[in-house]
Amino acid sequence: MRAMAASGFRSRLRGAAPFVLLASLFAAALGLASGARLEPADFTFNNGTEVTTLDPATVTGIPEGRVIRAIFEGLVVKDPKTLEPLPGAAESWEISADGLTYTFHIREGARWTNTDPLTAHDFVYSFERFLDPRTGAYYAYQLWYVEGARAYTRSVTPDGEPALSFDTVAIHAPDDHTLVLRLEAPTPFFLDLMGFYPLFPVNRRNIEEARESWPETWTLEWLRPENIVTNGPFQVAERRVNDRIRLVKSPSYWDADHVAFGSIDVLAIEQDSTMLNVYLTGGADFIDRVNTSVVPQLMPREDFNPVPYLGAYFFRVNTKKPPFDDKRVRRALALTIPRNDICTNVMRMGQVPAYSLVPPGIEGYASAEMPRGSADEARRLLVEAGYGPSGKAFPPVEIHYNTSEAHSSIAQVIALAWSQELGIQAKLRNEEWKVYLDTQNTLRFDVSRSAWIGDYADPNTYSDLFVTGGENNKTGWGDPEYDRLIDAATREFDKAARMELLRQAEAILVDELPILPVYFYVTQNVVAPRLGGFFGNALDEHFPKHWYWMDDNELAHRRATQPAEWQLVDAHGPADGLYSPAQEAEREARR
Amino acid sequence: MIRFLWRRLVWFAITLFVVMSVSFFLMRAVKGGPFDTERALEPAIEANIKARYHLDWPMWKQFAQYVGPLNLDRHRAEFLGGDGRDTFGGVLAGDFGPSFRYRDFTVNDIIAQSLPISALLGLVSMMWALALGISTGIASALRRGSGLDLALRLAATGGIALPNFVIASFLIVLFVFLVPLFPVAGWGSIRHMLLPGFCLGLVYAAYISRLTRTGMLEILSQDHIRTAHAKGLAPRTVVMRHALKGGLLPVVSYLGPATAGILTGSLVIERIFFIPGTGSHFINSATNRDYTLAMGVTILYTVLVYAMNTIVDLSYTLLDPRIDLEQS
Repeated sequence: MRAMAASGFRSRLRGAAPFVLLASLFAAALGLASGARLEPADFTFNNGTEVTTLDPATVTGIPEGRVIRAIFEGLVVKDPKTLEPLPGAAESWEISADGLTYTFHIREGARWTNTDPLTAHDFVYSFERFLDPRTGAYYAYQLWYVEGARAYTRSVTPDGEPALSFDTVAIHAPDDHTLVLRLEAPTPFFLDLMGFYPLFPVNRRNIEEARESWPETWTLEWLRPENIVTNGPFQVAERRVNDRIRLVKSPSYWDADHVAFGSIDVLAIEQDSTMLNVYLTGGADFIDRVNTSVVPQLMPREDFNPVPYLGAYFFRVNTKKPPFDDKRVRRALALTIPRNDICTNVMRMGQVPAYSLVPPGIEGYASAEMPRGSADEARRLLVEAGYGPSGKAFPPVEIHYNTSEAHSSIAQVIALAWSQELGIQAKLRNEEWKVYLDTQNTLRFDVSRSAWIGDYADPNTYSDLFVTGGENNKTGWGDPEYDRLIDAATREFDKAARMELLRQAEAILVDELPILPVYFYVTQNVVAPRLGGFFGNALDEHFPKHWYWMDDNELAHRRATQPAEWQLVDAHGPADGLYSPAQEAEREARR
Repeated sequence: MIRFLWRRLVWFAITLFVVMSVSFFLMRAVKGGPFDTERALEPAIEANIKARYHLDWPMWKQFAQYVGPLNLDRHRAEFLGGDGRDTFGGVLAGDFGPSFRYRDFTVNDIIAQSLPISALLGLVSMMWALALGISTGIASALRRGSGLDLALRLAATGGIALPNFVIASFLIVLFVFLVPLFPVAGWGSIRHMLLPGFCLGLVYAAYISRLTRTGMLEILSQDHIRTAHAKGLAPRTVVMRHALKGGLLPVVSYLGPATAGILTGSLVIERIFFIPGTGSHFINSATNRDYTLAMGVTILYTVLVYAMNTIVDLSYTLLDPRIDLEQS
């Protein structure tokens, strides 16, 4: 009897074992997962994807730029509205009369988050690291305007180390607060470049200490939230891959008095519908893109105001491959792209039909546009080139693009137009992103979808692409006169004369048409109406330093000035607003 | 039992090696590399980046470096000068290397961050799936041919046929926008877990329900059940004590791979509900050509499937006394 009871108990125990196991696993996992719970941040925005890295020197993407501008600060910062260079880590600067020597005076009170003072030597170190070919800086060429810099990056020993000493590069710090750079040629946009995030400084002690503590994995250890040392308005508190980066206000920042938000969450939502859902339910206060399918519903809302910015959508043409080596053929193809149809019926956000490479919105520059013409003109050009009813049959054209709903719709619209207007058979070829890049780099396409977002507000960021043999040219096209004009423009210091040179270069480009312009981008930001200090601008760059929450009063004021037909929406954020200490003091004084 | 486990271990080593080498070489055979972007790289810089990750080596050497702590590494390309140290120890040393896409993290970091999240969600969904699937399966089998059976079978077929993003969208419209009960996406509390857990579990519940029904029907027609009934046992006792054990065998064998799958997360659910789990890495690492992360999750999945299947085989002996592992 006793034995039976015992075995019954044992079997019951055995029966319960899986549940006990499950329950303990569950408890363990719950503990692990909830350990990462955070208090809600003052402000949350969606960054569209996880950032590749926080190392300013090695990044290229827009999402990375958003975070790096929040945690680091360059010599100059940009005005959030006009993008004019303003004093940042440098309090002031002088440019020599010949436009070649830049002297920056580093701000006395500027500090790193480890409380070290920020000095000119930090910039020398950071620029050396940036130019060193071992660092892996994609944007290294942006500093090649400095004397000796190009040679320093390009001359390498067989081991990949720089063959030249950094002394050959004209970057010097005569004392802790003076930084002198000498350029090869007067580069009118050089000051803008100093506000470009890859050129932001990194902390030497941060990197070297990590290297000592973790000799094997230091290349990522120095970037961990607990180790990274920054000099911007915010610092990194926490990171979880594919979830969020928690930023908190940096107490050591020289201008902390003008920073309103105590904490900002940067989300990594990739799915369009999910980010909109999260925004609509108050989980995010700013999202950076929307799906074209919801545009009609969003358009009347006060929180969705697309504005043009420096982004161009175009097709590259393989000018090495017949029949596309014939300029008349390229003209005919360009003339029959239904740009208005694409802008109003496919993209639907007010995108601007493009007839040039450089988007509008750069002060002092008016693009040279491609000659317009009817479909008849296009057909005449094809006949002239020897195709059509009496000539050769036109070979089928392949429209190449990377996998995306919008690209596919645009390619279909163009294919249809070419077959209707020109009688050309056009096929679609859709490739996954990395394969697409490979196809484009190796010039194995007919026409290939492309886009370019400006790095700085100057036509050169575009014109530069199509110099003969340029790495980003990818069309096989080249023109000595074009190259000469671009080169002359980098040496021309008079702004108007320089813009004229660049315009002449663009005139050549749109006459030759190695690219078929389609449309210019508009921003797709959805921004909580209560957010202050946020402006649409030509680069779609935004600066968390200036952001704050308006109180009900200020919000009502803003709403009174906006068009009456805008549909009011729920305003996220505190009714009392959230202002920086400086703003608070000012408001106090006004009361 | 020990011999069985030994044999399993040997096969495990072989399986793992095959999976590893096939995926390693397949992945590198695909066009496009991890460091390709829209912007072209300066050749001197590109050569250094490739050298740092050994992409300039011949394939066999890359593979050897990846698998074992062979210290083939004399990496040259680091700012401040390299010192010939190994960047990572190799899979055999438990080190999956640095991620190519998420460059501030190692693959070990990424798995350590995301796996508990996927596992927790998977566990919740699996428990819910088991509860729902087994109870409806038994009900279906006992009322074979009735309206209830038909309805439950229809529902199960529907659950299998409907993609979970459709179900998720319905639920979001219903329980987030119409009746605001749950957060729409994100991770951090029990409330965040309910909608995705429900969606994720539904498909599994449907399968389990059908398997339970089939298993139960087979068992219920067998002699020992008839004997049990003849002994005058209450129908409830017959079902719960005698039929269920054998009837669940098909479910148990399904549970092995299913658990491995559900624990490592689901791409679709993670994307829709913005959950930082492991599931999305299976697809994203391949499209990003993040070689090390792709290898890491592939190996993780292989190990889990293998471990789960072994546990399933062991549990057979508990459920069915006729099975002897030493014989098989």
